[in-house]
Amino acid sequence: MTAPLLTIDDLKVTFSTRNGLVEALKGVSLSLDAGETLGIVGESGSGKSVTAFSVMQLLDHAGRITNGRITFRGQDITRASRSMLQPLRGAAMSMIFQNPRAALNPIRTVGLQIADVLRAHEPLSAREARARALKLLEAVLIRDPEERLDAYPHELSGGMCQRVMIAMAIACEPALLIADEPTTGLDVTTQKTVMDLLAEITARRGMAMILITHDLGLAAQYCQRVAVMEQGLVVEQAVPASLFGAPRHPYTKRLVAASPTRLSTVDSLVVDAGEPAVPAPRVSSRRPAEPLLAVSGLVKTFDNGFRGVDDVSFDLAPGESLGLVGESGSGKSTISRLVCRLLDHSAGTIGFDGEDIGKVTSRDFYRSRFRKDIQIVFQDHGDSLNPRFSAFDCIADPLKLLAGVQDGRELRRQVEDCARRVGLPSEFLDRFPHQLSGGQKARVGIARAIAAKPRLLVLDEPTAALDVSVQAVILHLLDRLRRETGLAYLFVSHDLNVVRMMCERTIVLQKGRIVEQGPSGALFTDPASDYARELIAAIPHFDPEAATARHREAATAG
Amino acid sequence: MSLAAGIARRAGRRALSSVPALFGVIVFTFLLMRVLPGDPAVFFASGPNAGQAEIQMIREQMGLDKPIPQQLLLYLKDIATGNLGRSMNTGQPVVTDLINRLPASLELTFTALLFALSLALPLGILAALKPNSLIDHGVRFLCSLGVCVPTFVSGLLLIYAFYYILGIAPDPTGRLDVFAAQPPVVTGFMLIDAAIAGEWESWRAAASQLVLPAATMALFVLAPLARMTRAAMLAVMTSDFVRTGEALGLSRRRVVLVYALRNALLPVITIMGIVFSTMLGANVLVEKVFSWPGVASYALDALLTSDYAPVQGFVLLMAFIFVLVNLTIDVLYGLADPRVSIE
Repeated sequence: MTAPLLTIDDLKVTFSTRNGLVEALKGVSLSLDAGETLGIVGESGSGKSVTAFSVMQLLDHAGRITNGRITFRGQDITRASRSMLQPLRGAAMSMIFQNPRAALNPIRTVGLQIADVLRAHEPLSAREARARALKLLEAVLIRDPEERLDAYPHELSGGMCQRVMIAMAIACEPALLIADEPTTGLDVTTQKTVMDLLAEITARRGMAMILITHDLGLAAQYCQRVAVMEQGLVVEQAVPASLFGAPRHPYTKRLVAASPTRLSTVDSLVVDAGEPAVPAPRVSSRRPAEPLLAVSGLVKTFDNGFRGVDDVSFDLAPGESLGLVGESGSGKSTISRLVCRLLDHSAGTIGFDGEDIGKVTSRDFYRSRFRKDIQIVFQDHGDSLNPRFSAFDCIADPLKLLAGVQDGRELRRQVEDCARRVGLPSEFLDRFPHQLSGGQKARVGIARAIAAKPRLLVLDEPTAALDVSVQAVILHLLDRLRRETGLAYLFVSHDLNVVRMMCERTIVLQKGRIVEQGPSGALFTDPASDYARELIAAIPHFDPEAATARHREAATAG
Repeated sequence: MSLAAGIARRAGRRALSSVPALFGVIVFTFLLMRVLPGDPAVFFASGPNAGQAEIQMIREQMGLDKPIPQQLLLYLKDIATGNLGRSMNTGQPVVTDLINRLPASLELTFTALLFALSLALPLGILAALKPNSLIDHGVRFLCSLGVCVPTFVSGLLLIYAFYYILGIAPDPTGRLDVFAAQPPVVTGFMLIDAAIAGEWESWRAAASQLVLPAATMALFVLAPLARMTRAAMLAVMTSDFVRTGEALGLSRRRVVLVYALRNALLPVITIMGIVFSTMLGANVLVEKVFSWPGVASYALDALLTSDYAPVQGFVLLMAFIFVLVNLTIDVLYGLADPRVSIE
């Protein structure tokens, strides 16, 4: 057997922070053969990205390798100097990053950026480099590659930027490609095309790939071997079928359970949440004749003439949960903002409780008596909280403004009650957003939204920024809140599995129009439209049988 | 090309939208000059014992006896015909005075800006590449010094050191040594005129006169430029695309100069516009110290004698230059950042 391409042996990395030294990696050992695809999965803070950055020597100044060895092609690169690394980086090992648009130089054309990489490693003239760059853009299947050479990153979509990034990374045919969350933030269908492209390129050129992801389905589908990391340690390592089919380590078990699949339910996600085991009975399960929200012929035309929402109509009954799914640009977030009256529509009516609330402009809606009835939970829990407001202030604000609670003691009682309902311990109420974790911030955001006792809660990708285990707990919480209070949900998400679990009915949107709508169960098992079928097929999954089948297929093909 | 068209459209829109501002400046300075204490007629009367009748005559001659709105209308009419009035101090039309003196101020300001940029950019970059190092602290010290020492003090110190003690600099009086040959006036910029005429002796003389005042000014504006460069470089050096450059094996030189610096220059361009305008205004002290025949010292002399026309003309000129600088910055920014022109 030949020596592995890359070995990481007992790697320890510490970061010096304001609170002293923090050990990010506590002895990580991994190895990778030439041409192999290794997945590293784990939640934020598990050290998966730090591992990759250590290999590439891209740790920022605060981070330091304190122990261990990294060997690449038999060469020790643990503390390699710049002059030794520069010929390796890009040529022998390269990397693809999360957020492709930010990873490209905004004021340089993509053709020049690809040429920069080529010319850093090979003696090429500008003209030759341009010709090679064109070939690379063709290889990553970009349409009109000739024109795209002179495009700037802001003129390309996120998926296209990631293709350009891939073109740069494979420009000099490296033996190792590290992909750090390459598709996070991209649509499911785009994710599928980008990942298929990566898999195809690495297979054809015999490159080894390390795929770092928080998405177990993605790792299962595209990797030959998966390592699970938790708090700076690799806790389990196996082929996907056995890892996800029969996880051994408790953390892997929890992670697998928390990841939504096509079969999971809200209750099956959480292994030990400390939430009440028996769900409270639903306040009202029958559908009343009068809908709470009746949207009809909704149109939103933006200033540049773009029709973001095009003739959308739907009803929402009190206590019902309705999901809006679609790719970016499908208009799902715009609809949620129109319904919340944060944005003015161009045509159509938004009926709430039998009254057309669309008549009140978004500027004046804060004075409407319906303001307290419609509240929103935002996607980015960090950015949507005022950094100068403590958790208490955040939750108290709507109580003071919308519910008119002025008395200090009464206010405190109600805020504490809200915090208790979302499972936020009252000692956290005095903390500021930066002192809270992602999950706690999500809880504050939800508590703020339900504080004024609304009847309709609009949830705009409420769990998109959260780790799967936190997402599971938050979904559980949202489901329980709806059962307890009879709130209606308008649930916007790009994660179809989440919508299937959370919503009784689902609307599939494409380019501002409704493509399909119906009860979630039926829609997801038997979609009627091609677009919905395509969306559902693009969800990465890790059904053990499917993974084994894939494996067998790959073995016979190879 | 669409890029050029986009920039031209932006520049045109900016130019149009600055018309009301310019008009406001005209009215405001006009009124301000009228409410300031001091009667210009008294100043320009023949002597301290001039009779009431004489003062009254001067007042009528200057149009000061008319009601203020009428005076304003007359003033606006004059401006529209390119007449900014006549300076009582020099006896010349204000327009002529300004045209004669503006090149001196501009030459000084441009040279100072050039000095400041060629010092601030490398210092800012060095400081950003090694934050909290000795270099960084040194640059910070130099910048603080430049900001806290007033220009007339640093100017005098420079004169003391380089003219009085070391004797390298020529005596600080005006734009050209009295013994050097005055090149024929083409642009008014001494260095350019001398170069056109091929009189390199005069060019050298003019340049050596320029060095000290320009250095004084440059020191004053070093801080905003260097600090901005440092901050922008620091931010850009931690950005994702610099990391991409590093990860794909680009040379350090290329990463710093092409990837980081070009992006970091964007905010510096904005600051440059502000600095340039500040410098034109702050010129007055430097011009006084070095007896520089510029527009700022001209306006100051006029102000001290309640000579309305030159002050109003000066303020109008400054407002006009400010608009022009902003336009230039806009165009530069559009060229430097492809993202701007599409909005």
